[in-house]
Amino acid sequence: MSFKVLRPGLLSSLQDIGRIGYQKYGINVSGAMDVLSLRLANILVGNKEDEAALEITMTGPTLEFLSDTLIAIVGANLSPVIDGVAVRMNRPVAVKAGAVLKFGACQKGCRAYLAAAGGYDVPEVMGSKSTYLRGGLGGYQGRALQKGDIVDCGKPSSFGEHTLHFLLMKGARSFRIANWFVNPPHMEDANLAAPIRLTKGMQIEAYKDECVEAFLQETFKVTTSADRLGYRMQGPQIELKAPLEMISEVATFGSVQVPPDGNPIILMADHQSVAGYPKIAQVISADLARVAQYKPGSRMSFRLVSIEEAEEICFEQERYLESVKIAVMSKC
Amino acid sequence: MQNKSYQLLNVGENCIFVKFGQEISPVIHKKVKRLSEYLEQNPFPGYIEFVATYTGTAVNYDPWVVKKKLAKKGETSFAAVGRLLEAYVQKSELMPETAPNVVEIPVCYGGEYGPDLAYVAEYCHLTEEEVVKIHSSGEYLCYMIGFCPGFPFLGGMDPRIATPRRQTPRLAIPARSIGIAGQQTGGYPISTPGGWQIIGRSAIEMFDASAENPTLLKAGDIVHFRSITPEEYAEMRGDAK
Repeated sequence: MSFKVLRPGLLSSLQDIGRIGYQKYGINVSGAMDVLSLRLANILVGNKEDEAALEITMTGPTLEFLSDTLIAIVGANLSPVIDGVAVRMNRPVAVKAGAVLKFGACQKGCRAYLAAAGGYDVPEVMGSKSTYLRGGLGGYQGRALQKGDIVDCGKPSSFGEHTLHFLLMKGARSFRIANWFVNPPHMEDANLAAPIRLTKGMQIEAYKDECVEAFLQETFKVTTSADRLGYRMQGPQIELKAPLEMISEVATFGSVQVPPDGNPIILMADHQSVAGYPKIAQVISADLARVAQYKPGSRMSFRLVSIEEAEEICFEQERYLESVKIAVMSKC
Repeated sequence: MQNKSYQLLNVGENCIFVKFGQEISPVIHKKVKRLSEYLEQNPFPGYIEFVATYTGTAVNYDPWVVKKKLAKKGETSFAAVGRLLEAYVQKSELMPETAPNVVEIPVCYGGEYGPDLAYVAEYCHLTEEEVVKIHSSGEYLCYMIGFCPGFPFLGGMDPRIATPRRQTPRLAIPARSIGIAGQQTGGYPISTPGGWQIIGRSAIEMFDASAENPTLLKAGDIVHFRSITPEEYAEMRGDAK
């Protein structure tokens, strides 16, 4: 199974859960910005959760399927259409050979994940299929998709195989959707707009009290400088009590650091493993999925939670995913 | 445990930074290295990976796995990993010291490979030959790897050749370039933008994504630079890409 790229879109790259175990060599983790959507999309087509999917940013690609393929699209609503007919998200979709998938207006969110049953058949580089764009590593030839690329899929699981045949048997012109679906909680309107939750950063005490207060009470604009490396935010200036001599230390996906210009930066999936600016906060892992769905120009607010709360929210998300897995397997 | 020589700091709910000190020093580095090695040899349920830095070791873990497999009833995953790491720090201090890996990097200094050598010499009131002699006779400790794949942060450079970064960073520094930034020296394993003063180029690769150990250097290594002529450089690079 495979598809051909007719138009690449703004930025479409293969991403899995990241290149794990190589930070000691200075290799960025990379991986999906919205890992929750990635995991759900994989579950829907019967893949392992950590398989690679196509991460599609704002303006989607145009893809021609060269064989019958089971897919699922989760995350941002970029108005997917197959052969002129709108296709529903968050469920398995059997696509027939020759069908063309296009995307339209970005209605909600910023990044969509296109999973194919069997995953994508690209070589693993350092244990991962994720594309590290700046390093030219992994994914499809170390880069975002381009016109003319042909991306092969792997061998589907028996669930994937069975679901594809079951749906096509019901008859389809170009595609056939399953009549069941999931509701990704982070994409619901009320949740998407809710404050992003954070735990205290290692240097939070070094910032002026009134600045920390403003950070937690006012809203910040996501600037146009918001990509897989990090989101530069604009809002009230965050100032230190006194100049701080920092030695480069650990930074992770979700670290919020503030350079001397006073504008916070949220480090995202392609972040460096060490960074030199002080850190005011850390986005909880469950909420990174929502951060990944904020577009440049949108506004974000923050709320501080304890480590205990952060863990509980993380566990809730894991329990949700386990329940989805059980429900999906029962559809087989 | 009031007199602990380290702090356990959370970096969110999936990472603990074990911080041994506030400055760049070989003594702190030794503690970082020992804990990192101990973790690699004794991974705990939910352990993901470590990141060694100047002042401490960051330990990444999956709090959900820790909750299910390691935490006691009513204990947070943070507390459970913290409890374990306290024991790990103590045990790692008892580990016999391993001899550091010594790596020699052949460097062609100056000319087209080291466009900033002349500036560094002028800034330091030395001749180019003196800069090369000082840089290539030093012994350097690799404190950490970061910034980009395989990029080493080396300590131990002679202050006589310390030179501030360039006013305007270059958009693309060729792979294997060796440079100076303030008191630090290091090398760019891959081509990337950067502001370091470039004084030469390594004849050997510093990063290979397909190798089992993808980088030439790792934290804890001792590094020497050896000055080679353009002819030697050409010969060594002859069969390389």
